Amino acid sequence: MSGKPKLHYFNGRGRMESIRWLLAAAGVEFEECFLETKDDLTKLQKDGSLMFQQVPLVEIDGMKMVQTRAILGYIAAKYNLYGKDLKERALIDMYVEAITDLNELLMTHTFQPADKKEQHFATIVDKATNRYFPVYEKVLKDHGQEFLVGNRFSRADVQLLETLLMAEECKPDILAKFPLLQSFKARISNIPTIKKFLQPGSQRKPPLQEKDVPKLMKIFH
Amino acid sequence: MAQKTKLYYFDGRGKMESVRWLLAAAGVEFEEEFLETREQYEKLLKGGSLIFQQVPMVEIDGMKMVQTRAILNYIAAKYNLYGKDLKERALIDMYVGGTDDLMSFIMTFPFLSAEDKEKQRALIVQKATSRYFPAYEKVLKDHGQDFLVGNNFTWADVHLLEAIFMVEEKKTDVLSGFPHLQAFKTRISSIPTIKKFLEPGSQRKPVPDDKYVETVRRVLCMYNDIKAD
Repeated sequence: MSGKPKLHYFNGRGRMESIRWLLAAAGVEFEECFLETKDDLTKLQKDGSLMFQQVPLVEIDGMKMVQTRAILGYIAAKYNLYGKDLKERALIDMYVEAITDLNELLMTHTFQPADKKEQHFATIVDKATNRYFPVYEKVLKDHGQEFLVGNRFSRADVQLLETLLMAEECKPDILAKFPLLQSFKARISNIPTIKKFLQPGSQRKPPLQEKDVPKLMKIFH
Repeated sequence: MAQKTKLYYFDGRGKMESVRWLLAAAGVEFEEEFLETREQYEKLLKGGSLIFQQVPMVEIDGMKMVQTRAILNYIAAKYNLYGKDLKERALIDMYVGGTDDLMSFIMTFPFLSAEDKEKQRALIVQKATSRYFPAYEKVLKDHGQDFLVGNNFTWADVHLLEAIFMVEEKKTDVLSGFPHLQAFKTRISSIPTIKKFLEPGSQRKPVPDDKYVETVRRVLCMYNDIKAD
């Protein structure tokens, strides 16, 4: 009997959050082991668990997987959230890679020095509303379907929802000009596994607070 | 009649180089359109070819694909360079993720100031020799096979070879502590499609120079400073 996947990361979103979302969306229960100190990271590095000395690390199906993309790709394929053929996969990958680019901007916001924060915020809003959101709005408008790819729920829908919610945390009215993204958000949030993940008490992590940054720096630097 | 594969990018390595390597390794012929002017880029934008306003863009099988990783995944899968099952794919993705991280340190290199270049060169060598090369050396040593994954030639081998060459350009003897990687390099370089790609006159691009940097900045109107990692 294979055990539940086990996630090794700090107790926060970072690069592991997309993995939590995808497992949750697929209805897969998982355990978490939180790194609290630098020693916790060093121990993992020394015992050969981390191929490139980095987390995220996910123990799944007998593998110690590292590299966020690799982990997400494996979970998506295993739980049939990666489209039905090569071409659907290509679309999903295009959409997901762009979402990841936007996510990176959102993720790094808390780490910006005080004098760069306002500029960074402006960049996030500009990129989200001028580069990324219009594309997904148009995709949904053009095919009129409920899901981004192949008229079927896929990892692209999960990752887009995650990012839309994070963007709203940054600027609550950021979806004002995107009616289809708003209805997409409502619709995908209602999928039972997602709905459950969005409720208090789930393994979803809150946004990083500035006060938590020093502790994080101690583990990773 | 098969549709042609066409690459849209600058006349230089950047993010497109891994795509060139993979197509070449798969024995796939491709055309290239080089961005030289801002006007060309704006024409592509206005025509709706770049859905996120960025290059690389590859026309392949009726699609205008963007996002480097998406393009590479598609090519790898299409030409059977992505392993035989989910687990092999997982390994390939892990290994490619590592070489991608290593090469990203090198990607910013041409855009740095002279002083930052020296710092970055040292960082590249340090990361290569203490983090990445040991990982791949161990993989090859542990299974003793010719290729990284599944005893078969895959994308992971192509990507690692590309990374090895790039790091050697920064320090020629960087493989000296890694006998399995040295043998790997010789072996993979001898594969006919790769060998052809490594010969002068192929579509492989040279080490980026100031002219390349100037072209990128001009086309993308990207004049902000880039700092070392």
